[in-house]
Order: sequence, then C-alpha cells, then structure tokens
Amino acid sequence: MIQPAQLQDRSPLGELVSAIAVEARWIIADTAVMSWRNLLRYRRSPELLMFSTLSPVMFVLLFNYVFGGAIPTGDLNYIDYLMPGILVQTTIFSATTTGVGLAEDLQKGMVDRYRSLPMARSAVLGGRVVAETLVSLFVAFLMLGVGLIIGMRFHGGFWPGFSLPFMVAGFAFGFSWIAAFVGASVRNAEGAGSLMFFVVFPLTFLSSAFVPIESMPGWLQWFAYVNPVTNAVDFGRALSQGGPIVANAWPTALWTLGMTFVIGPVAVWRYRKV
Amino acid sequence: MDHAIEVRNISKSYGSVVALDNVDLDVQRGSVMGLLGPNGAGKTTLVRILTTLLRPSSGSATVLGYDVVRHARHLRSYIGLAGQSAAVDDLLTGRENIHMAGRLYHMPKRQVQKRAQELLEQFDLVDAADRSVKGYSGGMRRRLDLAASLVANPPMIFLDEPTTGLDPRSRLELWDVIRNLVSEGTTVLLTTQYLEEADQLADEITVIDLGKVIAQGTADELKHQAGSEFIEITVRDVEDIRRAASVLENFAENNECDIDEEARKTSIMVQDGASIMVQVVRSLDTEDIAVANMAVRQPTLDDVFLALTGRTAEEAATESEQEQN
Ligand SMILES: Nc1ncnc2c1ncn2[C@@H]1O[C@H](COP(=O)(O)OP(=O)(O)O)[C@@H](O)[C@H]1O
Ligand SMILES: [Mg+2]
Repeated sequence: MIQPAQLQDRSPLGELVSAIAVEARWIIADTAVMSWRNLLRYRRSPELLMFSTLSPVMFVLLFNYVFGGAIPTGDLNYIDYLMPGILVQTTIFSATTTGVGLAEDLQKGMVDRYRSLPMARSAVLGGRVVAETLVSLFVAFLMLGVGLIIGMRFHGGFWPGFSLPFMVAGFAFGFSWIAAFVGASVRNAEGAGSLMFFVVFPLTFLSSAFVPIESMPGWLQWFAYVNPVTNAVDFGRALSQGGPIVANAWPTALWTLGMTFVIGPVAVWRYRKV
Repeated sequence: MDHAIEVRNISKSYGSVVALDNVDLDVQRGSVMGLLGPNGAGKTTLVRILTTLLRPSSGSATVLGYDVVRHARHLRSYIGLAGQSAAVDDLLTGRENIHMAGRLYHMPKRQVQKRAQELLEQFDLVDAADRSVKGYSGGMRRRLDLAASLVANPPMIFLDEPTTGLDPRSRLELWDVIRNLVSEGTTVLLTTQYLEEADQLADEITVIDLGKVIAQGTADELKHQAGSEFIEITVRDVEDIRRAASVLENFAENNECDIDEEARKTSIMVQDGASIMVQVVRSLDTEDIAVANMAVRQPTLDDVFLALTGRTAEEAATESEQEQN
C-alpha cells in the first residue's frame, strides 16, 4: 500500500512550477489513454461508425451526381471542385462530436471519476480531440478514395493531393477545440449538438465549399470571403488541383493555431471550472 | 498522526443554499466512518470537497495529511472515489474500465493488468470481464465502479451511497466487499441514508442534517438515543386496539405507546426487544386479544432523526428541497 509522506507547504510559485512539471510529464500519457478510450468507443458502437463513414460517402455521391451538372466551376470538373470542400465540411461536422461527447461525460458523472484521479485535466478534452481527429483522418481518406473512383483527379501532383486529408484533419483538430469549449460550457449533449449544428451548417455552406462565392448575392459574399472555412477549402484546392500553396497555407495555419492555442486553453479552463 | 481525515469548520454554499454549515469531523486511520443523513443533508457535498472535486466556501480539511485545496493534486494519488452514480463507461468492457482507471493513476501497464485481474476475481466479475458494461446489472456496475476506484490500492476510499438503488441481495454482496476492504486496513468514509447500513459497516457514525453535524457516536450510542428497539403489535380486531395499547404501555421504556387505529397497530419503545416480546405475547394472550402480526423492529434513520430533531428523515429531505426553491 502506498504510504503518502507528509507534504511541506510550498510557496505559491513553487507549487505552480511543480504543477506545470507534473502536468507536462503526464499530459501526453493521459491524453493517449483518453484517446484510446474514445477510439474504443467508436469500435464498440457500429451505429456511430456507420454513420460517420457511410453518410460522408453518400454525400459525395449525391452532391456530385445531383449538383454536378448544374454548378459552373470554371476550368475544374465539379468533382475536382467538390472534394476539398466536402472533406472540410465533413470533418468539421465530425469535430462537433468532440463537444457532444464531452457534454455527455459531464452529464453522466463520468467526469467526477476523472477529476478525482491524479490525471492531467486537459487530457479529458485532449483525448476527445485527438480521437476525433484520427477518425476524421480515416474518413477523409475514405472519401478521397471514393472521389478518385468516381472521377476526381489530382492536378497539382501526387504528394500535395495525398496530403489533403492530413490538412483537413489538421483544420478539424483546431475546430474540435471550439466544439470542446461548447461542450464544456453547455454540459448537455443534445444542447451542445444542436447549438453546433446551427453554427456549422451556415459556416460550411456560406463558404467556397460547394459553389463559387461569385455566384452568391453580394451581401453574402463578404461573409464567405472572411469565413475560415473558405480559407481551408481554398488551401485544399491548391493542394489537390494545383495553385499557390504557400499563399493559401498561412490563413488556414493561423486559424488552426489560433483555435488550438487560444480556444483550447479557454476550453480546458471552462472544463476545470465545472 | 492517527487521523486520516480532519475537517475543520468547513462550510459550502451554492448561491443562497447552505449545503454545509461549519462541519467538523475526525476520522481515525483504518476505521470506517459512516456519514448518515437524509437526502439533501450535504453528504455528497462533503465527499466532493474531501475528494478535491469541490472547493469549500470556508474552513479547511486534510486527508492523509494533505490539504484538500493546496495539495489537491498530490492527494488524488492516494484516494479512491466511488460516487453516487456509478461512473463506468458503458461501451468499454469491465476489464477496460479498470485498466483505464489504473493508467490514469499512472500505474505501469503490467501492474495494471495484474491488478485488474485480481480485482475482477475479488469482485466476482471474471465471467463478465470482457463483455461491455452496457449489459451489466446495477449491482455489477457498482462493484465495477468500486473495483476501478481501488485499482491503485489507495489507503483512503470514499463511497457515496454505495448501495442506493440496489436490490437486497446485491446490497449484502457489496457489504461483504466493503468489509473485506476494511480488514485490509483501508480507511473508509461512506455515506448512507440507512442506519442499518451504517450499523453494519461503520465503526463510528456521524449524523448530518441540513449541512450540520447533529450527532456522532457508535451505532449503539445512536440507537440508544432513538430508544433502542420497537415492538409493534397489529391486532386482528380494531375494537381491541385500546386494550392492547394499555397492555403494551406497561412494558414501554418511557411509558408511552403509539396507536395507529387505521393500521390497527400499536407500538412501544423498549431496550431489549426479544425478551420483552415474550412477556408482551403472554399478557396479550391472558387478555384474550387476537394478534394479527407482531414484530421487533430496529430503529431506522427515521427514529434517530425523530429523536434528535423532532422530525422524520423524510420531512427533513422535503424541507431541504423546499429551501432551494
Ligand atoms: N451544484 C449544486 N448547485 C446548487 N445546489 C446544490 C448543488 N449540489 C447540491 N446542492 C444542494 O445542496 C444541498 C446538499 O446536497 P448534497 O450534498 O447533494 O446532499 P446529499 O448528498 O446528502 O443528498 C441540497 O440542498 C442540494 O440541493
Ligand atoms: Mg448525495
């Protein structure tokens, strides 16, 4: 049996430094455990896995064959135009699961168990985000495979095209922190789910994901242009269809870093306060 | 230092609701403390403060010598918590649930595997170990939850209403498990709404009501305050009830006798139920009173409560509910 020693009182600064050291040491290990748990949950619930893999594939097929002929996309075939957009949209939607899952844990009292353990608190959120990102990566590759089968082609070389799923998964990783913040704030799975639905739906449709922005009414165009989803989709097109990669990369990189390092800590703080 | 827990003047309010009001509490190392009180008394709040989930509004507490606020992080390595609702993951198997907890206590993988097997055996969960928890019964969930909280062999364990919602058989099983823990030297703080449960498991009992400690002592001491035992006689004919009552009155400790005419029931408080019952039966027979039912009843939380506060535990729970609105 462990016999705890009597602890000396430390100064607040010493306490802080030691807390950070412990945190840094275990953050990765604990996040790995929590990611493992969340991925296992995916494997154990076939409905979830079906929903998150089959419905994106269905959307690729529907969009391509229903809208494909009707939307003029300049030099690009619609499938070439569509794939980066629908990849970004799908992975952002799946990132909202992060918030729903977290809210569910809070609701069910799972979190009391975690919080009474000596684990890093950020790992509860981190594990959700990492697991969701890995699932996103898998789904993105699956969709890309289907896209290639029904006629999509890389026009900017193989490696940039191949990196498209990684890029959208990275962007979804950043977005997961927003979802985590919502989940930790709302603490109700249905509430968090529907709130994010109403944010993500307009956000992904009022962008360059499915139709060229020039075809929208003027008052919508300005929103579509500043929408980070547009940045991510344009970056994805540069990768898969050829185009200036660096010029398209930095807005997405900035958004992703911003969401991770600004919203991320706020989400963790929100969760700690529960 | 022989106290595993020292609570000094702890108060906690949620807005205008005072959940704990200047609570003091000492728990001996290696002993079992039963925290007894009706719904809304503040039991969970105290457990949450002692397990670092909640900060007190004022006052201080140490567990195993660690301050629950300043040394929260260190303390968490040495305590186990089985909360009021079993915190187990439905989609994981029993073994995986224990494994996850062990890893989050930062135990090495090998050691966790070995310990998980041990616990599964100890808690009679071997057959279900590799099935997902979704199909577990309420009793199995509780046992798994308890197993997970014990994975790191913590010297101090908190059990918040461990048997609430369990059928009598599962309750008895869980009691055995808890007794085993105690024999291994673990200090236990458990909360309950049942005097009987505290009596069975705890060395000492603290009764709380509306966030205040209202009594403390061994089960026998508390029962004594409540009048030890009750003899209840139900007569067959309601006409006989007055006569039966006057017979019983002679045996009552305090010369008082309760009469419930609708239930045809009359009852008295006595010290030694069994031996007095024999005399009661004899006297009733001489008086030719037909008896439908008779029983010696142990005092419940209600009786202790009635003796201590002048109201029943149920009334107290309703009261604390109203206070919130
Ligand atoms: N998060 C909370 N917010 C507001 N009031 C609370 C909260 N948690 C508990 N309470 C109130 O504090 C009192 C004590 O609750 P609790 O500690 O859960 O009692 P017990 O566990 O003994 O049933 C009750 O009146 C309860 O309604
Ligand atoms: Mg409670």
